[in-house]
Amino acid sequence: MQVSIAMNKKRSWISTQLKEKLIHDFFFINGIISVIVLLGIFALLVFTSIPAFSEINIKEFLLGLEWNPTSYVKEVYGIVPMIVSTLMVALGALIIAIPLGVGTAAYLSDVARPRTREIAKPIIEILAGIPSVVIGFLGIVLVGPILAKIFGTHNGLNALNGSILLAVMALPTIISISEDALINVSDSYYKASLALGATKWQTVIKVKIPAALSGIIAACMLGMGRAIGETMTVLMATGCAPAMPESILGPVRTLTSSIAIELGEVAYNTTHYYALFALGLVLFIITFLVNMTSDIILHKYEKVNR
Amino acid sequence: MKRKIRSLALAAGVLSILASNVFAQEMLQIKGSDTLINLVQRLAEEYMEKNPEKYIAVTGGGSGTGIAALINGKCDIANASRLMKSKEVAQATDNGVEVNRVVIAMDGLSVITNGNSPVTQLTVDEIGKIFRGETTNWSEVGGPNMSITLYGRQSNSGTFVFFRDAILKGDYSQKMNRMNGNAQIVEAIKQDRSGIGYVGVGYVKEATGLNVLKVASRAGEVYASPLNSADVKSGKYPIARPLNQYINGTPVGAVKDFIKFELSEEGQKIVEDEGFFQIPNEYDEFNKKSGL
Repeated sequence: MQVSIAMNKKRSWISTQLKEKLIHDFFFINGIISVIVLLGIFALLVFTSIPAFSEINIKEFLLGLEWNPTSYVKEVYGIVPMIVSTLMVALGALIIAIPLGVGTAAYLSDVARPRTREIAKPIIEILAGIPSVVIGFLGIVLVGPILAKIFGTHNGLNALNGSILLAVMALPTIISISEDALINVSDSYYKASLALGATKWQTVIKVKIPAALSGIIAACMLGMGRAIGETMTVLMATGCAPAMPESILGPVRTLTSSIAIELGEVAYNTTHYYALFALGLVLFIITFLVNMTSDIILHKYEKVNR
Repeated sequence: MKRKIRSLALAAGVLSILASNVFAQEMLQIKGSDTLINLVQRLAEEYMEKNPEKYIAVTGGGSGTGIAALINGKCDIANASRLMKSKEVAQATDNGVEVNRVVIAMDGLSVITNGNSPVTQLTVDEIGKIFRGETTNWSEVGGPNMSITLYGRQSNSGTFVFFRDAILKGDYSQKMNRMNGNAQIVEAIKQDRSGIGYVGVGYVKEATGLNVLKVASRAGEVYASPLNSADVKSGKYPIARPLNQYINGTPVGAVKDFIKFELSEEGQKIVEDEGFFQIPNEYDEFNKKSGL
């Protein structure tokens, strides 16, 4: 009898051990999969891009001012106008979205009454669920004509239109994550600041936002990532003329829209095909740099904060 | 337990019957030209109404996309508003696709300006200069002193390629806006007094607020309108083009049946209804050689 109990105990101990190990392995595999996928994508982009440069001069690719792989006369592959366009639209979107987003987050976390917050937050999050085609459509029929009227231009298909739409798309991310960061700031900071005689406004601006800055920066970077990678909206609303953009009120053509436009018709395994993967690689590197910069900023900030 | 198994078996049975029904229907995949999509969709609808057991899916994406799909064996019929390039034909042959072409309608590719623009006619040469970016102000072609805004298609469009090869014989201005489809160009021109664009004639037939330009092949020749079917068929309108469907090999079975319907009197009436033009006799002969 006693022996059997001991055996049972031993068995259950082994099975617990086994379970522990299985669970451990399961989470390890989950963790490693995303790393493998990322490396796989990077490797694929690199290896599919390389053949492009057997025919394209890499200097011409990086510094060229004209992109026309289906030219009637001579194919040219220069990505500068697209990079300028991409950065223009994304930075424009951030300039619009950050003040609005952080302001809204501060309002929701510190000013709004709980009931208002309960209603407002889900509504803002629904905004994130609107498909990008719908936003692009609004850009064509609503934002475009309004911009044309305000600025007296011939049409509203320009970088500013794209920026406004991308700002709308980035807002839910920025608001939601910034608000979480603000709410997570320890209550003692808030009370201490008030006790020292600061007003509520001063407390929010000078204490809470700096304390939550890491979360807010992360939110803005995620928003920027979305803005750089978004395709359909900019494809529909920015005119997509491949020329070097002249102003924020002129048409632009981003890296993403070029890939989207040309990948559908390109013949496999041609220089043009490989060049489009090279564009994808450039896009990948840009987003990687954005993320790394934000990481460096965060770490610096954490050190200062300590 | 028994009951559960029985209900499962029943469900599986129902599903398999449904599935076999779906697969029993012959499913045709048609893909390609944005210019042709409304027309072919309408033809497919009428055809399916008469033959309820048939099923046809028509999608767009541009002539380039349709041709790429045919080469890769992803569709049965590729709609194309341009001819296949020799490179594409070679690729198709490599993939074991024997390219065969049928002409289903004629298009007077229409150059349009805003309804408030005083410019209502241009020569082919003037149009070429405008779209190549050499003429940049309306005053140079008899309009007001206003810069010209160009609206064209994206490079996956057959219309983009046809217009470039037939009219520009050079590259488009880098400043031309690259729009997603015919309808988007029409919408943009309606709103922009300085705009000029090109679309299939089927898209301007009922549109208001536009000038459909009369075009002459060169200065001194008569200006002809793409809305006049006789001028398009006789070639007096200089930017007329055949609208094509590409298939793999000699048409048989469902593909042949559907194309026959498109070329029938009834099908050609739908072509006219949608704003395009019936095929002239020379292409009748051509289609016969393609096995119809």
